[in-house]
Amino acid sequence: MSPGVQGSELDVLNLQERMRFEQLVLPHVDAAFNLARWVLRGRNDAEDVAQEALLRAYRFFGGFHGADARAWLLQIVRNACYSWLEKNRPMDLSTEFDEQLHPQSSATPESLAIAGDDRERLTRALEVLPPRFREVLVLRELEGCSYKEIASITSMPIGSVMSALSRARQRLQQSLTQAGTAKNLEAQREL
Amino acid sequence: MSCELTRSILHGYLDGELDAARAAEFERHLLSCPQCVTELEAQESLRSTVQRAGLRERAPEKMRRNLLAALSGTTEPAKTVTPIRPKSSIRPTWWLTLAAAAVFVIVLGSRFLPNLTQGRGGDEMTAAIVDAHLRSLQPGHLEDVISTDQHTVKPWFDGRIDFAPPVHDFVSDGFPLQGGRLDVVRGKTVAVLVYGRRKHIVNVFIWPTSERDMSPEQGSQLGYNWIDWRKGGMELVAISDVSVSDLTGLQKLIAQ
Repeated sequence: MSPGVQGSELDVLNLQERMRFEQLVLPHVDAAFNLARWVLRGRNDAEDVAQEALLRAYRFFGGFHGADARAWLLQIVRNACYSWLEKNRPMDLSTEFDEQLHPQSSATPESLAIAGDDRERLTRALEVLPPRFREVLVLRELEGCSYKEIASITSMPIGSVMSALSRARQRLQQSLTQAGTAKNLEAQREL
Repeated sequence: MSCELTRSILHGYLDGELDAARAAEFERHLLSCPQCVTELEAQESLRSTVQRAGLRERAPEKMRRNLLAALSGTTEPAKTVTPIRPKSSIRPTWWLTLAAAAVFVIVLGSRFLPNLTQGRGGDEMTAAIVDAHLRSLQPGHLEDVISTDQHTVKPWFDGRIDFAPPVHDFVSDGFPLQGGRLDVVRGKTVAVLVYGRRKHIVNVFIWPTSERDMSPEQGSQLGYNWIDWRKGGMELVAISDVSVSDLTGLQKLIAQ
């Protein structure tokens, strides 16, 4: 835990860079994790991928001179998530997403007990959406990103953000309705 | 048959992303389009369901620790550091982060001490405020009086403290007032105003001081940014995980 080689200029530079990183980027660790959690549909994978992405961001931090560190970081996290999905779960990236094939839900009994029924319903409904719908909803509704930020994070033209959100919300509503029906059927089967 | 605007402009309106002219135009359209009115209500209700459900998940402590350790170039952070105030009401997991950060600050401090502590005798106060901010983010700790109305929040403080904090709502500037509470920081009773910034929380701690006015100073700890200033016999510290520029925006509004 020593500060490193005595008086080395490089070291001082590194420390200054690290302080700048701590000030600008670290406040967004939760945002980074949350985006990864929802794109990847799981906390464990999200932790690995988000952490890797943050370290990657640190390595490339010298090249960041913009104003919006959060959008810059989330763009890196998002790219890391999609690379991970391509490699590990390419089925997730096929445009149409079939709930029957992907029943995975990362909601644990504990997390459900805490937040109640709405959270369970919404988690399921969100997780069956294609990742490209899920991500705009997460960026908008959970992170409060502006259209401009969403455009830069997802590399989408800004003019497309409104219609992407519109479609995503429509799908979320459908998926909530279906989830309701599926749950009723399940309940009936158990009787 | 449904109005085609329900699939486009309506969402820009819902999100506050239309310019004034287009928003006014859509409001005129609403007067004559029951479909859009119904859809807008449905979308607002969907949004509030999503927001009430608490879906945003915070990064695990382990990830923060690993990150801080990796940044400071060590694989075993925090283990040799003893918590400074074990009786604090902060949950134990936070101490690990605090301890990891403490190691980090000590390392940096040995080089940058003059920069880090310049001009202020109040660093312990700042640390206590960071603690108080973290505490406030735990469920049920944020507000004593929940109101977006400054005329409700302001009288609430009367009779509870012997000074009058400046209570203003800045919703039109993107900082809606969410409420207020009393907090005790290092034995001092302080007023706290809670503002929202997108989905983030800004706490503004306020207490009377006999010291001279001081222009804003900023810093960050544990990834939280703070701005501290004194004006007209009050000391104020705004703290949040929003960006420094957002925080400066709020500071300017309050100091006006």
